[in-house]
Amino acid sequence: MSGATAQIILLTLASFGLLIALTLFGEYLRSRVPPGQSDPVVETYMTRIYSWWTMVIFFALALLTGLFGVVVLFAFSAFAALREFYTFSYKSKADHLALALAFFVILPVQFALIWLGWAELFTVFIPVYAFLLLPIVSVLRGDPSRFLNRVSETQWGLMICVFCISHVPALMTLKLPGYDGRGVLLIAFLVMVVQIGDLLDIYFGRRIGRTRIAPGLSPKTWEGLVCGVISAAVVGALLYWMTPFSPIAAMAMAAVASVSGMFGSLVLTAIKQDKGVRDWSHLIPGQGGLLDQLDNVIFAAPIFYHLTHLIWAV
Amino acid sequence: MTESTNMEIAISHPEKPDLLPPPKPPGAMRRLAAEITGQAITVFARAITAVRADWRGIEPVARPRVYFANHTSNADMPMIWSVLPPPLRRVTRPVAAADYWLKTPLRAFAGGEVFRAVLIDRRPEARTQDPMALILQAIDEGSSLIIFPEGNRNMTKDPLLPFKAGLYNIGSSRPQIDLVPTWIANLNSIMPKGEVIPLPLICTVIFGAPIHVEDGESKDAFLTRAAESLAALAPERRAE
Repeated sequence: MSGATAQIILLTLASFGLLIALTLFGEYLRSRVPPGQSDPVVETYMTRIYSWWTMVIFFALALLTGLFGVVVLFAFSAFAALREFYTFSYKSKADHLALALAFFVILPVQFALIWLGWAELFTVFIPVYAFLLLPIVSVLRGDPSRFLNRVSETQWGLMICVFCISHVPALMTLKLPGYDGRGVLLIAFLVMVVQIGDLLDIYFGRRIGRTRIAPGLSPKTWEGLVCGVISAAVVGALLYWMTPFSPIAAMAMAAVASVSGMFGSLVLTAIKQDKGVRDWSHLIPGQGGLLDQLDNVIFAAPIFYHLTHLIWAV
Repeated sequence: MTESTNMEIAISHPEKPDLLPPPKPPGAMRRLAAEITGQAITVFARAITAVRADWRGIEPVARPRVYFANHTSNADMPMIWSVLPPPLRRVTRPVAAADYWLKTPLRAFAGGEVFRAVLIDRRPEARTQDPMALILQAIDEGSSLIIFPEGNRNMTKDPLLPFKAGLYNIGSSRPQIDLVPTWIANLNSIMPKGEVIPLPLICTVIFGAPIHVEDGESKDAFLTRAAESLAALAPERRAE
């Protein structure tokens, strides 16, 4: 464990170094604004940097506390995400108990199963048991109006916000030969390659993006996506020492996670537009809601977990 | 528990059934308890519903105002109260029904000392003070008010019930006061009537542009305009 802890501290310090540089850059831009005025672009940038500080500190603290800390952090993230999703989902008064069960029973049980490491149960608990139970709870109130819409959106919220997010801490429960007690590094690896791929997708999309992936839905371009995925793969290869993978395999896993994350973010954008909102909430200053922040990790985590399980786990 | 039940029986009176006497000025300990309870309510509201203010038509500055809001749930008033910045919250008092808030000692503490409500007796035959006089007195003392002009919780599918005359009477007696339409979004799904467990959905309180009673404007015309200004703040729902 000590080797993993040392590496986590190293990564945290590296992230702090990067954030200090970005903060100083922002302060420099601020100092060039005439006194008594403020530049909205600089202020938005600084708000985002402050939010990143908070997220990096929370994430680092959770990783250093081990499995329990990571499970608690992602359980609270899942709660905030589910709150955002159900705020806009289609529901009626008849679904009240089903939704309360989702928040207060299914979500905590799912994360408790992860903490206990019961993989046989946590991989089927929501797709099978919650899937069958919640429509039964709703139907007992006897309101058939748009029933399929209601139960579908309820189940979708659980899959996206609880099932998918819970696969991030689940990475720590995988039994990988020669990788004992280092599962926490796999989480850091996943989150870093996905977020870096996303940032570079936006950067390259603005510089050289021409062909829209989904015109009318999102400014994402094929050029940006390809560059973002290649960058994620390169970063993945450079960070292979954190993983149980070979450099080539680390590159491939990073690329797969990045691709699924980018399309996931597109899917959640479509849901937002259908519901007529720009951001899921205002939880993270300057960034929107938790779902806006995690949309890519949400789609990447289950696939990353299952491929690792399939190919590397014993 | 036993003690409070006894108290209720002791003060029950044939002419004024079920009501406690109006609260007396509290001592230092009770003021502290009220302060702490108020903070706890605010923290709870934020933790569960992530309640957020959207100052769409007016800035959050400390001027005497009357916030008039839609009423779908008993949690409406604590939600508005929670999103006000603390300096505004300290001078803002909800106008509330005495028959609800003076029913038990706990409610009397919450209504009278935590929220410092202007308590209105809704029974014309039994009351000793004119409600409008109490409301205007609170305004003249420099308080802002929260009122629910629909009078009752709205259980219908319509966005608003017809407004009662109180808002017009306040607006015409004190024309300089800003009447601020205040829409509380989503509380209806968080805590529908008859449910016990609140759902942790996101609640938004939207403050619109203030309105005033114009010269020669009739009561009905003003109340219609007020209801329209409030309903216009409701987030658009997709067509069914």
